[in-house]
Formats: sequence, structure tokens, C-alpha cells
Amino acid sequence: MDQIRKRPGPKPQPDFDSSVPSRVRKSAGRAPPLVAPKRAGPTQKRPPKMAAFESILFLHPEKYPPAHEAGQPECFADLNLDQVVAAINSGRKEYDLEGYFHISLTSTDEVAYRHEIVRDLENEDLLKLLRAFAESMRGMRAHLAQAEKIRFRLQKESWFLKAANAYCRAVTELADKLGPTTVASQGMKAFCRYIQDYVGSSRFSSLQTTVEGIRRDLDGIHYCVYLYGSSLKVHKYREETDYSAEIEETFAKFRQGDVKDYSCKLQDWVEMNHVEEKILAFVSLLWPDIFARLRGFFGAEKDAFLDTKVAEFDRQIQFYLSYLDYIGRLKEDGLAFSLPAVSDQDKAVKAIDAFDIALAAKLSADKSRIVCNDYELSGKERILVVSGPNQGGKTTFARMFGQMHHLASLGLPVPGRKVRLFLFDTVFTHFEREEDIANLRGKLQDDLVRVHDILERATAQSVVIMNEIFTSTTLQDATFLSEKVMRRIVHLDTPCVWVTFIHELATFSETTVSMVSSVDPANPATRTYKVVRRPASGRSYAMSIAEKYGLTEERLSERIRP
Amino acid sequence: MKAHLMHRDRDFDLKAKLPRNADDLVQDLELDTLFRAMAGEDKFLFEVAKVAILASVGSDAPTILYRQEALKDCIENSGVIRDVYDTVMATIEGRRTRGGLLYLGSYPSGILNHSVELLEGQMEGLQNLRALADANLSRFHSEAFTTLFNTLKEELAGDFMKDVARHLQQMKFRDGILLSATLGDGNKAKSYILRNPSAEKRSWLQRLFGPKEEAYIFQLDPRDDAGARALSELRDRGLNIAANAVAQSAEHILSFLHMLRAELAFYIGCLNLRQRLVAKGEPIAFPVPVDAGERRHHFEGLYDVCLSLSMEKRVVGNDVDAVGKVLTIVTGANTGGKSTFLRSFGLAQLMMQCGMFAPAVSFSANLCDGVFTHYKREEDSSMTSGKFDEELSRMSRIADVLAGNSLVLFNESFAATNDREGSEIAKMIVDVLLKKGIKMVFVTHLYAFAHAYVDGKSDDLMFLRAEREPDGTRTFKLVEAEPLRTSFGQDLYQAVFQDGPRKNAAA
Repeated sequence: MDQIRKRPGPKPQPDFDSSVPSRVRKSAGRAPPLVAPKRAGPTQKRPPKMAAFESILFLHPEKYPPAHEAGQPECFADLNLDQVVAAINSGRKEYDLEGYFHISLTSTDEVAYRHEIVRDLENEDLLKLLRAFAESMRGMRAHLAQAEKIRFRLQKESWFLKAANAYCRAVTELADKLGPTTVASQGMKAFCRYIQDYVGSSRFSSLQTTVEGIRRDLDGIHYCVYLYGSSLKVHKYREETDYSAEIEETFAKFRQGDVKDYSCKLQDWVEMNHVEEKILAFVSLLWPDIFARLRGFFGAEKDAFLDTKVAEFDRQIQFYLSYLDYIGRLKEDGLAFSLPAVSDQDKAVKAIDAFDIALAAKLSADKSRIVCNDYELSGKERILVVSGPNQGGKTTFARMFGQMHHLASLGLPVPGRKVRLFLFDTVFTHFEREEDIANLRGKLQDDLVRVHDILERATAQSVVIMNEIFTSTTLQDATFLSEKVMRRIVHLDTPCVWVTFIHELATFSETTVSMVSSVDPANPATRTYKVVRRPASGRSYAMSIAEKYGLTEERLSERIRP
Repeated sequence: MKAHLMHRDRDFDLKAKLPRNADDLVQDLELDTLFRAMAGEDKFLFEVAKVAILASVGSDAPTILYRQEALKDCIENSGVIRDVYDTVMATIEGRRTRGGLLYLGSYPSGILNHSVELLEGQMEGLQNLRALADANLSRFHSEAFTTLFNTLKEELAGDFMKDVARHLQQMKFRDGILLSATLGDGNKAKSYILRNPSAEKRSWLQRLFGPKEEAYIFQLDPRDDAGARALSELRDRGLNIAANAVAQSAEHILSFLHMLRAELAFYIGCLNLRQRLVAKGEPIAFPVPVDAGERRHHFEGLYDVCLSLSMEKRVVGNDVDAVGKVLTIVTGANTGGKSTFLRSFGLAQLMMQCGMFAPAVSFSANLCDGVFTHYKREEDSSMTSGKFDEELSRMSRIADVLAGNSLVLFNESFAATNDREGSEIAKMIVDVLLKKGIKMVFVTHLYAFAHAYVDGKSDDLMFLRAEREPDGTRTFKLVEAEPLRTSFGQDLYQAVFQDGPRKNAAA
């Protein structure tokens, strides 16, 4: 049984009625789960009539389960979306975002809320800014962890200062640069106001002043260690000349290019040995005032400086960034992504140059490019019946259709151009099971049980994907069973992709559309992975090959540089 | 310090990017034979010959003449050049280096001692080089070599040698080590810099008699073993910096020697090749490059240098005088010397472009910004594509990089299908190239293709034909003549099967 329940709650409410971007709504209800220590925050009053910033992911966070409680939809494995989500989140484990990729949005308003944010993120400057912010916050957390671990006080305090400094800089930079950056989305606008207020607060500015003062003074310290026999002496630096530079200058004339670094990799621990500690203690005696301030700062700000909402924004914005990073690599290969028109009413779907996002990523890693396909269901059309030669990209086509719908329900850009998709309640998939049951009758039975289950649960709001069902019986049987099932699906009036070897199904009713996986006419052994709505035309052998290699008169003339 | 023997204004780049079709050129023109003649058993010379020849396609006339001058100097003073090269090699391969690579050890103190030792050895070699330059300066006339010898003479003068000696003495650090540092992450010391400790001694005295300086002293307890280790680690940090500076200096010198070797190697290779050709009485000539925009080649006695190198006898040369000819179509008897001619043409072009002599009595041709070969391939390496498909895919790769002043050598191309279809494709492609003015020599058996040009003959075309005597024997010499109706496969068959007609009938 490959069905998933998309909504933990009740069926869709007819009161959000369109895919028109929503008006600004006042958000109420409980705050989303916290990821950061609770304390601090902006203290001044917000301007009236503006929605307070709640979440960058949800217009109404209270309507959705916590991310870690949303299980993986069952269609994920069939659609290879489990691989996709894992790949998107690899390298971002600390944010624990996978759950958010399992929660489909339940209204077009929520989809619009995310679309607005995604459009804002098309601005390279904003994207760079948010990435830099994330990087700084990541660094900050690493420094805090280091401060936690280390034993020697003069070192612990320094790591803590570094963390606070990273935080102040991250927040200030974000606030400074968000100001002049144009954002249009409700979500980003609310966050902008929030962070501006926060940075303007006296709490934040005094934190920043203290941190920077201490850090600047520590950076200015320059001392010498003189080693002689079993003694060492520490004093302030007095403009002694650089001896390596003297050597280098003498031999510079032979220089041909960069040379190897001959330094030995001397072991360097984060912790100090007791000679180093001794030297640092001497240094703190040479500059006693600076070290006293450092000590005071640590005592006052331990566990205190981080703002809760800033921390949560840092986590949730990664939902978008992780996905945009992932598709960015595919875009570099020339593949198109776009924000789809999403409707929960209109079942017309369409896409140009769409593709299987999981396969595209795999091929891209192997330096080859996926073949894109188009599809469209308009008017009464509901079912894409895909037939044609094996290994021609039929299953990939079916996966693509399901993936695109799920991605659309996440409010994210989907593969392809000019895309229209349907906001479903559940995606049902029936793919051939890996574990092949030896008993053919058992397999057919298993097929029927699974299909029956889907038909029981599917509603007019579902999306159904049938991939090569009833392959384990005779053509006659398969045709008979398929027609029975197809009649039910036609009746359901739900968008569907049906991959089959039975050509007759393509013309089953006025709601079916025939798609055929095709081969290269010049070279029938070559698979094109192109699935098209009508058959392609043939061509003469030698010329076809010349055309394939761009050697026709016209193409060759264009290709040769003057 | 630069040698600049290959380019007036820059180094010879041994890592230069070879043209994308380099492998095809090597295979089709049998360049490995040429490289081997230049290199003998020496892998380095082989590599230099390969890069110099393949990466010089597209070089301009001044560069070519610059190298020709230098090469003439080398031919006149071959003993001196070989001495200089040997001195460079001896210094590179001297003590503490293995095959020219620095091997210094893995402890700071070891690296420091070894690099000091290495530096001393290198200084000797440099002094020898300077002596050679001094003694032979007046015997060289080319810009390349007079500049190099003057540079060696000036830069390696006595003052410099004294400076080096002083440093080698100081690097023993008898008076302790002075380091400066700032505070990094976690207040760990960062940016250690080795300081000249001579001032430290003075301040030691000042501490006793002069104004008080704020300093803290730590004396290690004799029983504190961990502390002793920590202190020696710190000392190693100082030595590490010094060792790095010295080792890098040694590497600078080594890189200078390597550069010198690479710049000289091409000329050594040319001397080797010349020696072999002259020994068997083959002619060589310094070619005259003509502007790339023109379409001309003129040569006498042009022979296939690779063929000559692989046999005892001298080989037959060809004479052609072609002005304004864009396309040359070569037809005629099998094994009548068509392929040999095509190869000799490509080889001479490459040799001219890299500043070498040409294998001919005289040679002159317009420069090319690319030389491409499209040869019929015997093997079909991948089973996935048919032969014709493979031929066209190679043509497509050539089209990717082809430009207006390129030279393309076709050898029985597009023949992997029937005559009609092959001719159709060949003509389509050649017509486009012809319109772009791309110089081509096309050896072909495609009857329809060759005859299409006979019928619509224009001034930018030339036909060459493999000659044969009335009695059927081949001269291996090409003459200017239009294609005949048939090839001479039957002759070949008869030569191989002496009782040809009967067997033929039986087959």
C-alpha cells in the first residue's frame, strides 16, 4: 500500500478559495518549537497594525505538526524523494530540517506565503546575505562548543568572546544589509522589522560595544618569546627584524614561481601545554587591564546573549537555502526550475522541460545531462498514458510527475518551465515491488490488493501514479484488469500518470492522453529518454548522423570561428 | 632570473595546455618517432620535444625566427651547449636531492641542516655555470643566448656569493631563538615570526646595567620532563620557520635550474635529431614562414621525417609550388605515397611552427593557428557507435576548435559508408571549410567526391596524384594531375599474390 495521508487534520476547508497571494493575516496561536536558549530579545514596542514575525515557513504555524513528528510520506521511496531529501539535507544535519520536507501545505495561501519568500530569494544579494549569516551562526555555535570544552580559564574566555563576537557581527551584518535589500514577501518583511528592532535595542548595542572593545585590544597584543637553554623570557615586541624575510630576499632572484611549504606540520592542539599556559599567563601580566575586562564579560554573558527568534529564523530559512542550493547545481547544467501555478480546484496541469529531480542529480554527478520532457492535461484530460519501448524513460517520467506535485505542495520551485500543478490531498503511487514474489498468481493478487486499496482511499483531490501494473499476467488479463481499474480512475476525475505496455489504454476515453517513449530515428539502438505526445519523423541514415553531430552545412558554418 | 630561450618575453611552459587534438596528431603523424629521435632514452627530453612541438602550433613568425637564430647558434657551438646542459643536470642531481626532487627529512632541525648543505652544493654548480658563460659569451650571436650568458655573468657575481656565505653561518642559531607572536583563537599564540636575535643579547646587558624592562622569565625545573618537551616543541617552531626559509631558497635555485634545463632541452633535442638526419645524408633547411592570412606552400624535396628515421635508406621527397590553393585533393594508386606525403606535409608544418628546421631541401608555408588530422581509423574502439558515426563524431570535435587559419589533413575520411553517401557528406563538409578559407589536404578514394571538384574546378584547388610508371611500378612521387577513374587495388593484389589472376578468379 503506497498511499499517504497528507493531512493529519480535517479535509481541506473550502474557505481559502484560490491561488491568489494572500493578504497579510494576523497570526495567532502557539509559537513553533524553540531551538535556542530562551532569553533576551528586542525590548521596544513594535509599530501597530503589523503582523508580528512568527515563522518564515508557515503563515499559520499552529495548523501543522512539529517537524520532527511528521513522518515520511509513503510515496517517498517510489518517487525517490527520500534520496532527494537526504541529499538536500546532507551537510545540514545540525538544522534537523527533514521533517519540513514531509509536511505538505494544505492551502494555496500557505503556498503563496512560501512562493513570495522564494521569489525574494531569487535576489542574489539577499541569498548571499542569508548564506553569510548562516555561516557566521554556524561558526558561532562551534566557538561556543569549544568554550564549553576547554579547561584553562584564559582560553575558555577567549573562545566565548569569539562566539559572542561572531553572533554580534552576524546579526548586525544581516540587519544592516537587509535594510537596503528589497523584500516583497510578507514573511521576509516581518522578519526584517523584527531584526531591525532587535539591533536597535540597547541590550544588543551594549553587548556589541563590549565585545568589540575587548577583542580589538586583544588583537593589538604583540609579544616576544626568547628561548635560551632551559629558560624562556616573555616581553613586549620591540620592532625586531624578520629573519626569514632577510634570507628570502637574498635568494629571491632565483624565484621562478611558488614553492612548496617545507614547514613540518607541528602538532598544534586547541588546548595548551603548561609552557604555553605559562607564556599566556605572562602575557596577561604584561596587559592586566585587558584580561580583567575579558573575565568580567564571560561572567556576565554566559548563556545569555542569543535571541530565540533569531536562532529559529537561522534554522528555518535553511529549508529554502538547502533546496535552492540543491537545485542550483542542476540549474548550472542548464536545467530549468520555476514556481508553479498551484490550484486546489483546477486540475489542468502542464510543464515544459520538466525532469526527474533525483535522476538529474545523479546524472549531473556523472557529468551527463538528463533529458527533459513536457506534459499537459487540459480541459477534460486527466490521465497521461505512457507507453513505448523499454528503457525509454517511462518510469522516470512517472516519478517526475509525482515529485513535481509533492515539491509544489512544499511551496518550492519545481523542475520545468510554465508549470501548473494541482494541490492534492494525497499522492498514491503503485510501483513494481523490488522483492519479486516467485508465485505469479501471488504477485498479481498483491498488485490487485494494492490497487484496490488505492482506489478505496483516493478522492477527487488525489494524484495517482500507476507504474506497469499487472505485468505478471497475460496480455488479455492485463488489458481486462487495466480497463476495469482505469474506468474507476476516470470516474474519480483525478490527475494520473499510467505507465503501461498496453497501447489500447492510450485511447481509453476522452480523458486519456497518449505519451510515447521514443528512440533516436537515426540510431534505433540509442535511447533518447524523450517521452513525447506524438511520434517523431524518420530521416536518411548518413545525414541523420551528420545532423546529430552538428555537421550539416548550416550548423557547421555557424560553429567554425572566423 | 630568466632564461627565455624559447620565447623572447616569457618562460617555456612545460605544463602548457596541448591542443585538444594532440593525441590524434601524435597518432596520425606518428610523432612519437620524431620525439624519440630528439630524446633518445631521455624521458624529459621526450616530454619537452612533445610539448614544444604540439603547443607551438599557432606561434607567430617572430617567435619562430627567434628560435631559428638560437638553434643556429647551437648547431655552431654544439659542444658548449651540451656542456652547459650537463652542468645544469649535475647540479640538479647533486647531493641531498633525488632525481631533482628535494628530500630533506621530516624534523625541523633535520630540514634546516639538510637545506643548508643542499644550498652549499648548489652554489658550487652555479659558480661552474657562471664560468662557462664567461668563457663562451663571445661565440654566441643569437639574442636568446647572449642575453642568458650575460645574465648568468652579472647575477652570480662575487658580492652575492659573500652574502650567501654569511647567511649559511648565521643559520646555526648559537645565541638562542627569538620569536614574536600575537594572540589567536583561544588566546593561542599565532603568527610566529622568527626574529633576528642579535638585539636580544644587547638587551640582556641593558637588563643588568640599563633601564629596567618589563619581562617575565621562566626557568624550567630540571625534573619537569613534560615541560622540557614543551619547550623543545617551541624551539622547533622557531627552527621550523628558519628551515622553511632556507629550504624554499634551495627550491628557488632548483626551480631556476629546472627552468634552465627545460629551456635548453628543446635545443638539445634538435641537435640530436639533426645529428641523425645528417648522418644518413638527408637534407634539412630552415623554413621561411609566410603570413597566416595567405594560402601558400612551396617546397622542394619534402620528405617524411618519421619514415626516414625508421629506415636505413633515404626516402623520396616531393616538390610542390602552390599559391592561393586552399584545398589540395590527393588521389591515385594505393601505396603510391599519398599517406606519406600527407604526413610529411603535416610534420613539416609542425616543425616550422616550433622553430625547428624542416625535413626538405627548402620549405616555406603560411602559418596556421591549428593543425588537425582526420584519418580513417582501422579499429573501432567502442562497440557502441558504428564506424561512420565515429568518423563524424571526430569531425565534430575538430569543428569545435577549428578556426579560419587552420590546416586540416584528411586521410580517406568519410569512407566508412558507401561511395555515394560518403561523397555527399565529404563534399558538404569540405564546401563549408572551403568557404571559410580553411586550408585542407584531402587524400581520398571517394570517386564522386573528387570528381565533383574536377567538374567545377576553381583557382583555389589543386589536384595531386600518386604517380605510376607505365609498367605499373610506383615512384612514390606525386604529380599535379586530376584523379583517374580507378585506384590501383588490382596492382597491389597482384604484388601480394604473385599468381594473382588465378587466385582472383578462384575468389
